[in-house]
Amino acid sequence: MIHAAPAILLLPLVGFLVLAFSGRRLGDPAAGWVGTLAVVGSFVAAVVTFVGLHHMGPDHREVTQTWFTWIPVGGLKVSIGALVDPLSTTMTLFVTGVSALIHLYSIGYMKGDPDFRKFFVYLNLFVFSMVVLVLGGNFLFTFVGWEGVGTCSYLLVGFWFERNTAATAAKKAFVVNRMGDFGFLLAMFLVVGHFGSLDYRTVFTHLGGPSPLSHTTALAISLLLLLGAVGKSAQLPLYSWLPDAMEGPTPVSALIHAATMVTAGVYLMTRVNPILSVSPAAYTAIAVLGAVTAFYAATVACAQDDIKRVLAYSTVSQLGYMFLGVGSAAFGAAIFHMLSHAFFKALLFLAAGSVIHALHDEQDMKRMGGLRRYLPVTAPTFFVAWLAISGVPPFNGFWSKDDILGAAYHKSPALWAVGVATVLLTAYYMTRQVVLVFNGQARWSTARASAPDSGVAHGGAGGHGGSGEPHEGPWVMRYPLVILAVATVFGGLIDLPFGKLKFLDTWLSHVASGQGDLATQSGALRASLLTVTTVVALVGLGLAWSLWSRRVDRPQLEPALLRTSYHVDDISTAVFTQAGGAFSRALATVVDNRIVDGFVNGVGAGARGLGGVVRRLQTGYVRNYALGIAAGTVLILGFMLARVG
Amino acid sequence: MTTLLPVAQSTAGGGFGFPILPAIVIVPATMAVVLALLPRSRQELARWLGTGASLVVAGLAIAMAVRFRTGQAGYQFVVAHDWIRPFGVQWKLGVDGISVFIVVVTAVLFPVAIAGPRVDRDIRSYAAWMLLLEAGCLGALMSLDLLLFFLFFELTLPPMYMLIARWGASPRRSGAATKFFVYTFAGSALMLIAMLALVFLEARSSGHVTFDLLTLTAQQHLSKDISILLFLGFAAAFAVKVPIFPFHTWLPDAQVEASTGGSMVLAGVMFTLGTYGLVRFCIELFPGASVSMAPLMLTLGAIGIVYGFLVAVVQTDIKRMIAYTLVADLGVIVVGLFGFTAQGFSGGIYQTVNHGVSMAAMFLLIGLLIDRLGTSELAAMGGVQKRAPIFAAVFLLVTLSVVGVPGLNGFIGEFLLLLGTFLTHRWWAVVATVGVILAALVFLWAYQQAFHGTPRTGRVGAELSARELLVVAPLVVLIVGLGVYPRPFLDRINPSADRILARVAVVAHNPPPSPPAASGLPRRVEAQP
Repeated sequence: MIHAAPAILLLPLVGFLVLAFSGRRLGDPAAGWVGTLAVVGSFVAAVVTFVGLHHMGPDHREVTQTWFTWIPVGGLKVSIGALVDPLSTTMTLFVTGVSALIHLYSIGYMKGDPDFRKFFVYLNLFVFSMVVLVLGGNFLFTFVGWEGVGTCSYLLVGFWFERNTAATAAKKAFVVNRMGDFGFLLAMFLVVGHFGSLDYRTVFTHLGGPSPLSHTTALAISLLLLLGAVGKSAQLPLYSWLPDAMEGPTPVSALIHAATMVTAGVYLMTRVNPILSVSPAAYTAIAVLGAVTAFYAATVACAQDDIKRVLAYSTVSQLGYMFLGVGSAAFGAAIFHMLSHAFFKALLFLAAGSVIHALHDEQDMKRMGGLRRYLPVTAPTFFVAWLAISGVPPFNGFWSKDDILGAAYHKSPALWAVGVATVLLTAYYMTRQVVLVFNGQARWSTARASAPDSGVAHGGAGGHGGSGEPHEGPWVMRYPLVILAVATVFGGLIDLPFGKLKFLDTWLSHVASGQGDLATQSGALRASLLTVTTVVALVGLGLAWSLWSRRVDRPQLEPALLRTSYHVDDISTAVFTQAGGAFSRALATVVDNRIVDGFVNGVGAGARGLGGVVRRLQTGYVRNYALGIAAGTVLILGFMLARVG
Repeated sequence: MTTLLPVAQSTAGGGFGFPILPAIVIVPATMAVVLALLPRSRQELARWLGTGASLVVAGLAIAMAVRFRTGQAGYQFVVAHDWIRPFGVQWKLGVDGISVFIVVVTAVLFPVAIAGPRVDRDIRSYAAWMLLLEAGCLGALMSLDLLLFFLFFELTLPPMYMLIARWGASPRRSGAATKFFVYTFAGSALMLIAMLALVFLEARSSGHVTFDLLTLTAQQHLSKDISILLFLGFAAAFAVKVPIFPFHTWLPDAQVEASTGGSMVLAGVMFTLGTYGLVRFCIELFPGASVSMAPLMLTLGAIGIVYGFLVAVVQTDIKRMIAYTLVADLGVIVVGLFGFTAQGFSGGIYQTVNHGVSMAAMFLLIGLLIDRLGTSELAAMGGVQKRAPIFAAVFLLVTLSVVGVPGLNGFIGEFLLLLGTFLTHRWWAVVATVGVILAALVFLWAYQQAFHGTPRTGRVGAELSARELLVVAPLVVLIVGLGVYPRPFLDRINPSADRILARVAVVAHNPPPSPPAASGLPRRVEAQP
């Protein structure tokens, strides 16, 4: 059954090829269904693989599959193949599962878009790349997926490329990710230099071998990989592409920029945990970075008006929690929160898409309100996700976030405190969003009348039903919401903090068991930590409820500093675009044109002078040179002949 | 020492029943003469004859590569005849793992360059010059005699000059052509001097004159200082041809002014003579000097990477922008080669092939784009993707291959080059790796301006025609194929690359710490399951 693994990967690839080369003949809805079926098939294969692996003994759950040799040079041989183990199967399960739901949703959401087919082409290619990323049996094959998802992200953020903002956001996402890839590449070079291989198993089994990895090298590899992870998972300081990436269609935001791709950094750090363990300083760096990012992004989320940008900053913040978990060596908790987040954040985005769809591409929350009465499926499912992300029991986010905070407390109470402060902010901004969108008075009827129809540029999403009250989308859009809501309600069951009920931790323990084991914490301490965070969450919730229910206009609570995300974009524009551009222009005009070229211009002037003489002799440049070559050669040959002969 | 003579025991024909390598040179040269003699009125016939002849050459080259034996480090299909006996000049051709795929890619690109672009005047002369250029390039890549190499190398100059000067875009083209000529010619002159000095000095030591590359490679009696001087003489020619910073300024001018076909050949073929020359005539011929001069070459290469991209990003003309990226991309190859590792070496050869394919495709597409929009100014472009999605998709694929996205050809070479250099010259590799970020910035910026957004002028790009698709299809297949399954190529390149590396290690009196250093890898790894 474990041999189903290649199918997880091949089905989306086949779907991509079929849609790319014959999608035009398939027509509009059919192309979407083909794409969805390919991913559903991939999910089934993932389930089969999971079951197969589960039947094997706990000590044998690590299967390497090598399909072919990709790059053989010198002593380095890089293969194309998979590492099937508890970590990679867990990842493939949720990646393909959430992807299948979002494919289904997209059939409704993208209906009427002129590039409907192309959307599914990209989406299938994305799923293929993502599966390569998590299944890859060596660093380089993982990197193939890593770059593949980045490329798909570029294609999908820029899906409505006629808008300059979308095109620019797509480019930004790719370039910023490349800054992370710079680290990833150098880390791989160091790994090859030390181990002579990029194969995960080879590397990890040789960690303590005859030539053990030094602390410095381990730290260097860890930090360089962390740079890669920071780029992909939008952590400080490489986060700003993610809010901009909201220019993409909403299902893309749900799939790529919330549930799957951005978690790749967390996956990578978990995958290489044996290397991290050589150098404890790496853990501290990751934990601090995660905690700071979580808090920072949460503050910004409190002052955003765009429904998707709130969720984007929220994603950055939640990813920060996952890094905090990894940095506390609580890999089980980090992966647990990744799963929880995948469910509730995908749900939040899809529900937000449903709202945007219902309001014909309105994204400003200040122009929403009262939608609870019009969206009977979207509203309750959104509420479930809201409670889950806020950390209210018994939803999945409560359990997974508290696992991370428990581990963080174990590592350092200061980190825990930052995490708890973030809980307060999270509950606050999510409640603010819920109140602004679903409660209070309907502000959209007047707003929509006065605003020009922004839906035109989008093409598809606002394409139908130009008038009438907001209403739910078709069933393909509603059912995924319900399924994700169910997963959000019961998702906590996979890893409850009660002895044998910690299924996920146990399942992952052979791949990633750090010292962040919570078993050492006493039940009383654990219970009091849980109580504190729950109370804090409820305080944040109540605060926002009372503040935003009555008024939507509170500029004092939305300072410009937060609205502009601490002016980071302005500063980076000034530094990179303006100063960097000026430097480049100086290079181009002064150095290249005057200094480097100056020498040749001198030669050129000489040649022109010579050419003038030559022209008077009625011959062209080239013939003259050719004659020169010939004459010179004859002379030199003659000279040599004389000397040698 | 004679054991180092790297000639495989293959007969002249290599099983073809006729000397395949001379045929690869003679077919285009003959057809060039035929076309030159054709009446001016027979333009259409000339187009078909030119395309046909170049397709025959491509077929021959591919057949040759298929018969090329894996696992052999030496030269295959060697043919040798005395030519100018008193001077030891021979008509001697052969290919090894270094040259075989460069020959193939050159032969594949010429039919595309002849048939692909729109040529609006005198296709007969255009095809004739193209074929003469092809003969020169292929001859240079296969010559195993120094003088023969030099003659072929110089034979490429007049056709290239004409392709810029006669089929170029603007009145400034003849200035650009002259600049190209002066620059390359100056480099060639230094190479000629170095070449003759080498032959002369060796003749004094050994007692007989020979231009035979293999003999000169295997038996050298040069002092270190002299060999460094000779190295620099050869390097000058190749540094211009590649081009290596700061010898690059002819390239942007030539690229901007050249017609589409000229640009394709400049970007896809001419530079291969440079990188190939560096391997064959700088590193293999003067291994000791190469090691001494490596810091210089590494530094120039690394500067070129950062410099090329930074200058590229502020250009407003698409051809000039991409021309500057050539300096950067080729800087990566230079850095990789002079790291002297198995990865860097095989990667450098492989990347030469990849880069030829990708850049020829890119300049073909840019030519088609400029034909459609009537401008090469990026600021006046935009919105092409809406009207021409297939054109845009192909262009983006080529762009991503140049940017180095895995799964496409560019990544394999880039990864091997950077990795190889990192293993021996860490900090140069770190600087070179910055190019990964800058490449994305430059190429996606160009793509965004041309294809995203909405049309900025009345002219919108039309979709690729069936003929254009047919012409670009082989390049697309190569871009994907070389990226997904590089093994058959690497298996043939590796032995020859190792041969040269072994020479570097021995002659440099700097024996590798252990075999791993040559490959840059600990040996124990190979015992892994």
